[in-house]
Amino acid sequence: MWIWGIVLVFTLVMQIVTGVILAMHYNVGDPFASVEHIMRNVNGGWALRYMHANGASLFFIAVYMHIFRGLYYGSYKSPREVTWIIGMLIYVAMMATGFLGYVLPWGQMSFWGATVITGLFGAIPGVGESIQTWLLGGPSVSLATLNRFFSLHYLLPFVIVGLVALHIWAFHTTGNSNPAGVEVRRGSKEEVEKDTLPFWPYFVMKDLFALAVILIVFAVVVGFLPTYLGHPDNYIPANPLVTPAHIVPEWYYLPFYAILRAFTDDVWAVQLVSILTGGIVTAKFFGVLAMFAAIFVMALVPWLDTSKVKSGRYRPAFRFFFWLLAADFMFLMWLGAMPAEEPYASLSLLGTAYWFGYFLIILPLLGVFERPKAPPETIEEDFDSHYPPKPAE
Amino acid sequence: MSHTEDTGSRRDFLYFATGSTAAVATVAAVWPLVNQMNPSADVQALASIDVPIDGVEMGTQLTVKYLGKPVFIRRRTQAEIDDARSVTMDDLPDTTSQNNNVAQDKDASDQNRTLDEAGEWLVMVGVCTHLGCVPLGDGAGDFGGWFCPCHGSHYDTAGRIRKGPAPLNLLVPVAKFTSETVLKLG
Amino acid sequence: MFKKILLSVMLVAGFGSAATAKPGAIEDVEFSFEGPFGRFDAFQLQRGLQVFTESCADCHGLQYLSYRNLADEGGLGWTEDQMKAYTGQFEVFDAENDKLRTAIPTDRFPSSQFEGAPDLTLITKARAGFSGPNGLGINQLLKGMGGPEYVVAFLNGFVEAPECTPENFGGTYNTVFAPGAYPNECLDENDKRTIPGSWVGMPQILFGEDVEFSDGSPNDIHNQAMDVAAFLMWTAEPKMTDRKKAAGVWVVFLTFLTVLLYLTNKKIWAKVKRKA
Repeated sequence: MWIWGIVLVFTLVMQIVTGVILAMHYNVGDPFASVEHIMRNVNGGWALRYMHANGASLFFIAVYMHIFRGLYYGSYKSPREVTWIIGMLIYVAMMATGFLGYVLPWGQMSFWGATVITGLFGAIPGVGESIQTWLLGGPSVSLATLNRFFSLHYLLPFVIVGLVALHIWAFHTTGNSNPAGVEVRRGSKEEVEKDTLPFWPYFVMKDLFALAVILIVFAVVVGFLPTYLGHPDNYIPANPLVTPAHIVPEWYYLPFYAILRAFTDDVWAVQLVSILTGGIVTAKFFGVLAMFAAIFVMALVPWLDTSKVKSGRYRPAFRFFFWLLAADFMFLMWLGAMPAEEPYASLSLLGTAYWFGYFLIILPLLGVFERPKAPPETIEEDFDSHYPPKPAE
Repeated sequence: MSHTEDTGSRRDFLYFATGSTAAVATVAAVWPLVNQMNPSADVQALASIDVPIDGVEMGTQLTVKYLGKPVFIRRRTQAEIDDARSVTMDDLPDTTSQNNNVAQDKDASDQNRTLDEAGEWLVMVGVCTHLGCVPLGDGAGDFGGWFCPCHGSHYDTAGRIRKGPAPLNLLVPVAKFTSETVLKLG
Repeated sequence: MFKKILLSVMLVAGFGSAATAKPGAIEDVEFSFEGPFGRFDAFQLQRGLQVFTESCADCHGLQYLSYRNLADEGGLGWTEDQMKAYTGQFEVFDAENDKLRTAIPTDRFPSSQFEGAPDLTLITKARAGFSGPNGLGINQLLKGMGGPEYVVAFLNGFVEAPECTPENFGGTYNTVFAPGAYPNECLDENDKRTIPGSWVGMPQILFGEDVEFSDGSPNDIHNQAMDVAAFLMWTAEPKMTDRKKAAGVWVVFLTFLTVLLYLTNKKIWAKVKRKA
């Protein structure tokens, strides 16, 4: 499970390289046709574009695996809080970049996705409408919006590169975490050598092997199912007069999209907050807040988890709730793709409740009540228990 | 352990095979990144165009755009042909044919500049060899051929430079007749 | 609220999955270009182009396709001369000289003639025939996205308008066309639609034996629809053959590399894992 970091670095480089190249052929003035020009006329353009489009999905699969690995093994815990926070910032920047990029092909989903997502900012009480107009550069999504989105889509990946450098630097000062959740002994040089292996060649080779396996899957998707993860409506040119029947975001936003939609006027929490704030916080704004809060509570997890034991391996009760959270995430993802009607609305509320419950209630309490198994004293001990040393012959 | 070390050569071979396969993969992945900057299919498709010439009257010139530049297709009168064929090499600043359809070392005689035996059809890239302006046609200039208004280069009825700053004769592009009425450029 | 949730779970688990074939359902059609080794059938594309030219082109455009593409490899299998002969039949508007002239290979096909008629170049990628079950995307994985199947079903979907249709209701009833006009008379008491499909702006175009294929292929309505759907898949994804060939090479090569990396990795770690 420690391979996803390298996959993420690889994907980031791949996305930047293919992205810079696509920008050589993309035309903001005639976006839809220029994408078709890339697909038809540019040498190998179809491969570059499909790699870039599906690369976004690879990026998010890897980041979700990376995040959930961190959640399971307690990688976020002291002394790695800074690494975790930077990681969360990267994740938010990735979401923004992905959204901006999805607008560029200028199909129906691009256009209406942009309309809906910028509409979220319109939900902010008082200043929302001005912010939305400022973001769009006009009363509605237009080519002016596309032009700035293109610029920002080009810029943000380099911000991510900077954040990734910080992320890597941060865990280099603390050392990598590990499945045992025990820190490397740093008393003497011998102790460090007993607990660790050099990055080269051991971990480089392991990572390269894993990367190659993932690239096979990626090649299959790009080569044989390039449109599977996309939406057909995005092959219809943007039309401000006709809205698609179902506006669905890309799969990687779906869990948070489900949270966004879960809060409607008839939910008691929404009504309560609305009364308390004198009607300033509407259901729409509540949903937006909930969506951002869902990411925010994840960022706070180093302080919400009170357990002394790091790795989920030695925490049986935690393990149960963790896997429930992972299932909840998939469940919300599925709900996000469903139409906004019963029974899905109620189910979304249920899924959302568990998401917040896990971080805000279960994790803090679990550290107090749970009786973890004894983790190994040292990494050497853990390693030897898996690969027992042979007695000298 | 009984076999702590594999024979060195087998392990080396494995490392070598892995390394070189990875290197091939990298090179193969880089090539499309380079190749994408070559002219795209729609641009390449314009590398060769068919020009219908059945409407070109004697003594007139058809100008078409080819590879982003004007190409003059002139159907010369007998007077123009005679005029061009009476010129000797001594009068020419540039004595090479500048014709992509004939061998490079052919001289700039009128026969080496035209497409057909009779010398009726003269096809040239309409770009002055001095600084790239488009010369005026229809008998302009001191030699009854073309005249470049930018810096005053005069070309004769075979498109050869005769006077002015331009160093070379007007270039004859690759061209041939695919039928009586169609001229193929490129 | 708890009751609501329980009900929802039951709904999703039980009734939601009871997918049954109903009128207006899109059937899976076997096309030669499906699957990792699938390639376009050049003759089918030629027939499809004929159907398009004779039946669709009066209204619909193919604005992202150039005439020269007809001679591209992996497509119709036409020679340059065949392509030029086809191209020469058409006139295009030359904006540079502000007049109509004979089309040349580098020209694009015209765009649609009417506001309401969508351009067909990308139509098979812009429509999905299959989905589900229950939003899980398994059908798309097994059967493909179903764009060409949608086109076939659409062209076969013109049937007599149902009884509930009010008089002088505009458009033509089609069993698979979803986003069109729909009369209130065909809703039940809960405002649910009682019949599949809706009313589309275009009339029925293919009736069977609309075109005469020179190779004597069957020209009933279903075969013509299949041919034109295959042709439109090609116009939407002309590089599909290239893509699948390349992907085959990628996968074989990467698998080879993976095996080597696996062996190397095992060898390196063997020292550590065995001896500790």
